Amino acid sequence: MAEVILTTGNHAAAYAAKAAKVRVIAAYPITPQSPTVEELSEVVERGELKAEFICVESEHTAISALIGASATGVRTFTATSAHGLALMHEMLHWAAGARLPIVMYVANRALAPPWNIWCDHQDTISQRDTGWMQFYAENNQEVFDTVLMAYRIAEDKEVLLPAMVCADGFTLSHMTLPVEIPDQKDVDDFLPPYEPTFKLDDPDNPITHGNPAMPNVPFSDWYTECRFLMQEAMIKAKEKIKEVGEEFKRRFGRFHGNLVEEYRCDNAEVVLVSVGSIAAQAKDVVDDMRAEGYPVGALKLRVFRPFPTEEIQDLAKRVKAFAVVDRSMSFGHMGAALMEIKAALCDVEEKPLVKGYVMGLGGRDVLPSEQRLAVENTFKDLERGWPEKKTEWIGLRVGGGE
Amino acid sequence: MKLPILGLPEEEYLYPGFASCAGCGSFLALRHTLKALGKNAILSIPAGCTPSVAGLFPRTSFRVSVLNIAFEAAAAGASGIAAALKAKGLKDITAVAWAGDGGTADIGIQALSGAAERGDDILYICYDNEAYMNTGIQRSGATPFGAITTTTPVIGKRQHKKDMPLIMAAHKIPYIATSCSSYPQDIFRKVKKASEMKGDTRYVHILCPCGPGWRFDVNRTVEIGRLAVTTGMWALYEIENGKFSLTGPSRGLIDPSKRVPIKEYFGLQGRFARLTDEQIGALQEWVNKQWESYKKMIGE
Repeated sequence: MAEVILTTGNHAAAYAAKAAKVRVIAAYPITPQSPTVEELSEVVERGELKAEFICVESEHTAISALIGASATGVRTFTATSAHGLALMHEMLHWAAGARLPIVMYVANRALAPPWNIWCDHQDTISQRDTGWMQFYAENNQEVFDTVLMAYRIAEDKEVLLPAMVCADGFTLSHMTLPVEIPDQKDVDDFLPPYEPTFKLDDPDNPITHGNPAMPNVPFSDWYTECRFLMQEAMIKAKEKIKEVGEEFKRRFGRFHGNLVEEYRCDNAEVVLVSVGSIAAQAKDVVDDMRAEGYPVGALKLRVFRPFPTEEIQDLAKRVKAFAVVDRSMSFGHMGAALMEIKAALCDVEEKPLVKGYVMGLGGRDVLPSEQRLAVENTFKDLERGWPEKKTEWIGLRVGGGE
Repeated sequence: MKLPILGLPEEEYLYPGFASCAGCGSFLALRHTLKALGKNAILSIPAGCTPSVAGLFPRTSFRVSVLNIAFEAAAAGASGIAAALKAKGLKDITAVAWAGDGGTADIGIQALSGAAERGDDILYICYDNEAYMNTGIQRSGATPFGAITTTTPVIGKRQHKKDMPLIMAAHKIPYIATSCSSYPQDIFRKVKKASEMKGDTRYVHILCPCGPGWRFDVNRTVEIGRLAVTTGMWALYEIENGKFSLTGPSRGLIDPSKRVPIKEYFGLQGRFARLTDEQIGALQEWVNKQWESYKKMIGE
C-alpha cells in the first residue's frame, strides 16, 4: 500500500534509492546531503536494502567506485553537495563518456570561499557541461518521484547517460513535507532491474571500456563520433523524459512537468522563470499578481540538461518578456538560466524581452517580494521597450550591476 | 613462435599488437600477471603506460575485461567492481587494479589507502618503472635518489624512493609482495597467491626496468632488473598477515658481502650518470641500512 509520510528532501532521496533497489552505493558525507547517505547506510545495515555500501574516503572515489560498479552491471546511487560535486568533476565527465546510467542526488549548496553551506545552484550549474542530465525538484515528492524516473530515463538503451536529481539545500533537503511512498510492487513494475548490454563481469566475453581513440588513425578516429552520440542521446532523452513522465502519471497519479512546467502562462505578458524550490513560491507570486490584474505566468525549468529549447521557443511566441531568476553566476557573463534562455531564443524571429535577476546566493532568502520585484521591473523594461540593465542583483548591499 | 617459460601456463591473455617500447619491463610484468590471474579477472587501469599501448579504440590487446579509468582512480574503480561482484554473488572473479608508480605512490595513493583501510576485496598491482614514463620521464615519488628525469634534469632527484610496500604494510592488509619483471615465476607465484586470497585488500609491487626512461640498451631489461635485486636496491619479499619474509634471490642477501655493489647497477643506466663516487658511496650506505631494517623485520 502506498503511504504518505512526512519527510525531508534528503530522506525522500534515500527512500527513492531504496525503492529503486540500488545494488551499490558509495558516498562521502557533506552538508547538507549527509542525512541521505546516513539513512541509506541504516537501511542497508538493517538488511532492508540488499546493497553494498562503500564508505569511501572522498567524493572522487565515490563516483569512481560507482563507475566501476555500474560498468560491472548493477544499479548505483550516490549523493553529494557543493565541494563534493566539484571534486567529482573529472569523473562526472568519465561516467557520462562511459555511458553509465548512474543516478546521483545533489542537495544544492554554494561553493566557498567564503565558506557557506547554504543553498544556491552554483555547484550543479558548474557541472552542466559534463554530459549528465540535470533535474531540479520543486518539493520533496518531486525529489522522490524524479529519482525513480531518472533511473528509467538514464538506463534507457537509447539514452545511457547519468543523471543528477537536484534539490535546494536546507530549503528542501532539511524541510519536512508530505511524500507519498508508493507500494514497492508498483515501483518494481515501473522500474525493473537494470539489464546492461555490456558489462565487465562475463569472462567469456571480455570487454575493454574507454580505450584511447586517436585522431588521424583511420580505424581508431572515433572520438568525435562518441561525443556526437552523447549529444544525440541527450536529445533523445527529451522524448524519454516526456514518455516516462506520462507513464509515471498514469501509474502513480502524479506529474511534475516534463522538461518545464508552465503555470498560468495563458495570456501572460511576463513569465517569471525559476529553478528549484523557488519555483513553488513563484506560483504564489503569480497568483497574487494575477489577483491584482497583472498578466503574469511562471515557468519552472525542471530539466536543465537536456535544455528545454523547444519549450522555451514555444512559450516565447505567446509572451512578451521573461524575468529569469538565477541562483548562480557564470562570472564574466551572466546567470546560467538567463544565458541558456537567451541562446534558445537566438533562432526565434519575434524575440521577447529577456531580463536576468540574480538572487538567493549562498542561502540568502528569496522573498516573494523579491520575485515580485523581478516581475515588476520587467514590466517597466517592457514599457521602456528595452532593459535598463541586462541583469539585476536583487537585494544587493553594494552598488552596481551591468 | 611460443617460448613457454618453465612452470608458467602457455595461455596468453594479451593479443599481439601490444605497442610497448622494445624491451619494456612493465609489459613482461603484465604478461605474467595476466597468466597468474587467468580469465576470471577484471582490471581497473588508470592513465599510464599500459593504456597508451594496449590497443586503440575500437581494438584492444586484452583478453580479460578492462575498465580504463582516470589517473587517481585505479583503486576506486576496482573497489566499485568488487562491490558489484559481491552484490551479484560472483565470488570467482577477481577485481584488480593495475597502475603505474605515479598512479600508485603519488596521485592514486588516497584511493588506494582508502580501499586498504576498508579492506575492499581487491588486488592492487603497481608496475613501478620509477617515473612518469608515459608522459616523458618526469620524476615521481617512486623515482630513486640521484636519477635524472625530465623534471630533475640537471642534478637528479634529491629525495629517496617512496617506500610504497611498507606504506601498505602500515595498513595491516593480509598480503603484500614485491617482485620484479625479470623474475616471471616470482610474479606468477605472488600474483596467483594474492588473487586467491579473497576478502581483503592485497598489494603487489613489481619493479619494471624501462629502457628509454632509465637510459639503458633495450636488450638489457632483464639484466638490469636482476641487478636491481642482486645489488639489494630492490628486495623481493612478502608480508603475509604481518610476517615479513625475503623471497627468491633476495633470501641470500642479508649478508652484505653477498650483495653486488650498487655501482654495477648504476653504471649501466644513463639516468645515474651524474652521480659522483661520493654519492654512490652514500647510497651504498643507505642500501645497507635498508637491509639492516629488513634483517630486523625477519627477526634475525
